[in-house]
Amino acid sequence: MPAGVGRLLTQLAIWVPLLIAAGHVVLFTAWTTWVSFTPSTLLPEYTWIGLRNYRNVMRTANFQIAYVNLVIYGIGFVALTTALGLLLAILLDQRVRAENALRTIFLYPLAVSFVVTGTVWSWLLNPGLGIQKLAHNIGWTGFRFDWLVEPDKAIYTLILAGAWQGAGFAMALFLAGLRSVDTDLLKAAQIDGAGPWRTYRRVVLPTIWPIFITVLVILLQFAIKTFDLVRALTGGGPGISTMLPALVVYDFMFQRGELGRGSAAAVLMLLSLVVVLAPYGLYVRWRRRRQARA
Amino acid sequence: MNWRRGLVHAALILLAVMFLAPLVVVVLNSLRTGQEIASTSVIGWPRHLAFDNYAQAWDRFCMAEHCWGIEPYMLNSLEMAIPATIVSSLLGALAGYSIALWRFRGDWLVFGLVTLGIFLPEQMKLIPWVVVLRDLALTNTIAGLIVIHVVQGMSFTTLFCRNYYVGIPADLLKAARIDGAGFFRIFWRIVLPLSPPILIVTVIWQFTGIWNEFLFGVTFTSGGQQPVTAALIALSAAITSEPMYGIQSAAVLIAALPTLLVYLFGGRYFLRGLTAGAVK
Repeated sequence: MPAGVGRLLTQLAIWVPLLIAAGHVVLFTAWTTWVSFTPSTLLPEYTWIGLRNYRNVMRTANFQIAYVNLVIYGIGFVALTTALGLLLAILLDQRVRAENALRTIFLYPLAVSFVVTGTVWSWLLNPGLGIQKLAHNIGWTGFRFDWLVEPDKAIYTLILAGAWQGAGFAMALFLAGLRSVDTDLLKAAQIDGAGPWRTYRRVVLPTIWPIFITVLVILLQFAIKTFDLVRALTGGGPGISTMLPALVVYDFMFQRGELGRGSAAAVLMLLSLVVVLAPYGLYVRWRRRRQARA
Repeated sequence: MNWRRGLVHAALILLAVMFLAPLVVVVLNSLRTGQEIASTSVIGWPRHLAFDNYAQAWDRFCMAEHCWGIEPYMLNSLEMAIPATIVSSLLGALAGYSIALWRFRGDWLVFGLVTLGIFLPEQMKLIPWVVVLRDLALTNTIAGLIVIHVVQGMSFTTLFCRNYYVGIPADLLKAARIDGAGFFRIFWRIVLPLSPPILIVTVIWQFTGIWNEFLFGVTFTSGGQQPVTAALIALSAAITSEPMYGIQSAAVLIAALPTLLVYLFGGRYFLRGLTAGAVK
């Protein structure tokens, strides 16, 4: 094989995979952004109409409900998942028996599709079929648990199912953090006579606060992207009461056939992600630089 | 101190029961008849074991206009997930190797863009993929989904592999280069043999993610071409009129089984992928 061919092959092997992996991110983002400024309906067409799609999309009930829901669901899901994950991590950190088996149990929902877990939760939460029905069958007829069919409460079922699925992830990150805390620090606290609760609050949690930020940001970006879970659990209903941004995009693009408006909704989704991720990116860089100096 | 340990264990057992409850409910339901579930509730012990649910779910019950169960959709998912996992992992290894060990100008920019792909919402990629698949004549095919999962999967696989390869000592490569080894030989002889630990993580991560993926499956395929996640949603939409919760539970379990098994046997690696992807 002549040297020139070898060099060419090397260059191809370096650049083709990288260009695909990096290029599609740039190209697709630019493409969808461009479509969002065009009057595209069923097919993309490329004439400029400015911000009209954005104004139209933001005026729809779907969009407004979706973003109010995102705030409720985002805060609720992130808070509940973090709290549950931290609780699990602290409990597991007490040198318990069968730790591996327990960890496996708390993490298995992550290995299963949201379509599967969403379907199962939709049965459990269905008042005529699930938990409420069971309570009625055994004679507790006054029991009510019908959030799934109540327009103003259905969004909370997403928080429940989402936290159940995601808590193991938060647990894993917290547990890794708890295990990395300097044992000398813990011994010192013990010698000072601090009880376990005080030790956690004053010594352990302050040293692992960077993990809190990571967990919060990852859960939040996950909340913004939530799609499968809603589709399987509530389908956006009752009515449109559990709309979320990702569903709005899908609805515009493939149910109403309005690609321009759907793209505008997608870009708005991306912007809300940027609002969450950009400060985090800056923070990570700042911390790395500080560590490099230290 | 003993009562405290007792409390910790009690709390953990309670939580474990809560986490397992949905799984237990589906397993039990998959062995109950639809009428039994509809007349009581989804939570209950089977009166007699209806193993027939599994046979029905696998290749007999009807949804939309076909009566072929979920078997064809399971095969679709396998046909999609296996090649997409292998190809995206290998390309990720190659790309990670280029970035980590063949430093070039602008490598940090390329790497940054690749990892941004992890955060880019799928909704931003839908229209481009519609057009690309149409131009490649891959609309409504499993091959089209494979292309999508290979390209998008590279964000994760490149990240995993790059972060692993950065740890390979530079002296090892320098020595190889002095011996006259080039890009491919170093990859084949040095880097790949060191890769099994990270490739296991990558393969498990990719397989789980691709198997469980729903949006692309439901957007780009229809009818008999759909992967099993998309078919499950179609199924629950199709049978609301007639309660078949027993069969549906069996179908749900069958669809969840591959990733559950992968998790049970490779949980350690799954966890490593989870934290590696996260703590970036």
